[in-house]
Amino acid sequence: MITPLMALIRRDLRLFFSDQRSVLMSFLAPIVIASFFGYVFGGSGGKTETSKIPVLIVDQDGSDISRQITSGLTADKNLGVKVVSAEAAKELVRKGKATVAILLPKEFGANAAKALFSSDEKPEIGFFYDPSHRMEMGMVQGILTGQVMQTVSKEMFGGPSGQKMVSDALARVEQSQGLDKASKSTISDLLRSVEKFNNENAKAKVDGKPVSSGGFTTPYEVREEAVTSGTSVEYNGYAHSFGGMGIQFILFMGIDVGIGVLLQRQRGLWKRLRAAPISKTLLLSARVISAAIIALVILTVIFTFARIVFGVRIEGSMVGFVGICLAFSLMTATFGLLIAALGKTPEAARGLSVFVTLLLVMLGGAWVPAFIFPQWLQTVTKFVPTRWAMDGLDAMTWRGLGVDAALGPIAVLLGFALLFGAVAVNQFRWEAEG
Amino acid sequence: MLQVNSLKKSYGALQAVDGVTFCASDGETIGLLGPNGAGKTTTVSIIAGLLSPTSGEVLIDGRPLAGDTDPVKRKIGLVPQDLALYDEMSALDNLSFFGALYDLSGAPLTRAIAEALDLVGLADRAKDKVGTFSGGMKRRLNLAAALLHDPQILLLDEPTVGVDPQSRNAIFDNLEVLKSRGKTLIYTTHYMEEAERLCDRLVIIDHGKVIADDTLPNLYQLLPVTNVLAIELADPPDAQLLQGLTALPQVKTAEAQGRVLKIGIGHLSEDTPAILQWLVMEGHPYTHLANERASLETVFLNLTGRSLRDS
Repeated sequence: MITPLMALIRRDLRLFFSDQRSVLMSFLAPIVIASFFGYVFGGSGGKTETSKIPVLIVDQDGSDISRQITSGLTADKNLGVKVVSAEAAKELVRKGKATVAILLPKEFGANAAKALFSSDEKPEIGFFYDPSHRMEMGMVQGILTGQVMQTVSKEMFGGPSGQKMVSDALARVEQSQGLDKASKSTISDLLRSVEKFNNENAKAKVDGKPVSSGGFTTPYEVREEAVTSGTSVEYNGYAHSFGGMGIQFILFMGIDVGIGVLLQRQRGLWKRLRAAPISKTLLLSARVISAAIIALVILTVIFTFARIVFGVRIEGSMVGFVGICLAFSLMTATFGLLIAALGKTPEAARGLSVFVTLLLVMLGGAWVPAFIFPQWLQTVTKFVPTRWAMDGLDAMTWRGLGVDAALGPIAVLLGFALLFGAVAVNQFRWEAEG
Repeated sequence: MLQVNSLKKSYGALQAVDGVTFCASDGETIGLLGPNGAGKTTTVSIIAGLLSPTSGEVLIDGRPLAGDTDPVKRKIGLVPQDLALYDEMSALDNLSFFGALYDLSGAPLTRAIAEALDLVGLADRAKDKVGTFSGGMKRRLNLAAALLHDPQILLLDEPTVGVDPQSRNAIFDNLEVLKSRGKTLIYTTHYMEEAERLCDRLVIIDHGKVIADDTLPNLYQLLPVTNVLAIELADPPDAQLLQGLTALPQVKTAEAQGRVLKIGIGHLSEDTPAILQWLVMEGHPYTHLANERASLETVFLNLTGRSLRDS
């Protein structure tokens, strides 16, 4: 039985590698797309420059405070700031040229300072935003809040107009009807202290002595450290993208395996195979083995490319990595058989299986990491084999985990391979049409 | 020897094969004749082990097929109606693959391939991709692929569909060689002329049932008229002549078409001299004589009341 088995495997490999379209789709396409995604999602060592959020500022105030806010936002590395008129701002956001436009109204600086200690008359900052960039809008709001608090409080504590603002605020607090006696006394004491601080600073300035800086600042500094396989190992975004695209295009190859069987039926070749004295097990085993070999070759080629060009390394267990590749290859092969078993015609089977594959790839986190999914969806993806393959490959590549982290994914992938294989054998139409 | 006993195959309410029975001795060529959808291919598929019958049995040398890997399968070679070949591979690679399915390898496989290619006249194209072959060449290679393991019984399911007359003749020549080597050929077709040329015996199937199983001469005997004589006279025949002719015991039918008499008879050699002699004696000399033999088409029409190609 070795001769027919080897002949069947050799035939599959020969047909696959003689088909330029298949080879192109299976090797070149994942490399090109993974290179693109890898660059976009952090590149090698996270050195890829991320694009700035285009922000427009309409400064109708023109005060020291509004100018300082504008220059503070301009200095932020995440924002690309441009000052424009109100009319131009709305039009540019509508055309998609900017994500957010911030409108600082007249008297914003003065009113913001007053509102710092009072709930009356808060000035309103207008936002025009592109609804397709909601997440960026939230980020800009956060940065603006920090900047406004810092600038306004700094002005209150020693800025050119700070003394007048504090005096005005003190007068308003004392005249306020809305505050009870105790609150009025506490806030008045605070403002007098600020007034005293400002007077002492003004005197020190005249005397040529050092001046204390005032105002609120961010009460912490940030120290960032990407947790990878080791302290000196930087994150390599290509590891995830090559794993993801490898998974996607190997599944596409799996579709071709299934379609290939259906085409054999259509072309009468199935009759010739079934007329020969070979068992059903041999026929299917040969298909599974050849598909698994092709899948392993694809994974080897694209990870070798990633290693040479983008420095992607198997930072974790090589045994675990090979185990996951083998288990995923087997799962893909049985997935192909499932398509052959359930598909009626090649044409009908192709459309549906491409849809299912894309769904598997998407839910598995091969395009975008699964953590951005809603919680319920993340739970659902635990039942998707590609999620386990993806997590397993991540664990063995850039996360640098040991073989024990590969055991779970290997077991689950083999489980899916068994399930797909069992359903395929059960549903397979062995009889050649008469 | 191949025995097909009371074979039935149904798909739901559709009875594709309904009690088909026939046998084929070694070296015999049996034609399975019938219109499209008559059940010929289903019968062949059951014989080849591709389909399980609903009931009935197929015996090869007295033994039924026992499972997919039964060595008895080696006695059968299947030539499917479709061109069951890999266009992407060369003729040589195709044959190597199909031979390996029968556990052939090394020198025996090489020899079998060479002989098969030689028989079908494709030895010089062995290394060319099948995709570059003409329809007729593909049909011949389709035949060669079934010969590699030297089967005793060859199941040929419409092996000349869609080929030009020249390629058809080439295939016929190949089949006659195989016949001369003592192979048993089961040949399905709906072309009468193919069956007439090749087959020793004909099994006519209609709606899944065998409606006739006999040699060609015996099948013709089922017809009231086996030959039609076309006799051209010097003068157009009159009613009196026709009346006289139909009174002859040898004449089954008679009609006039211009100066040509069309006379239906049962036995060409026995009936013709008496008719010709009668014409001369009655003063109606003839200037031209032709014979139109009844065809299998006529046999089918006579048996079913329908034309074969219209069925």
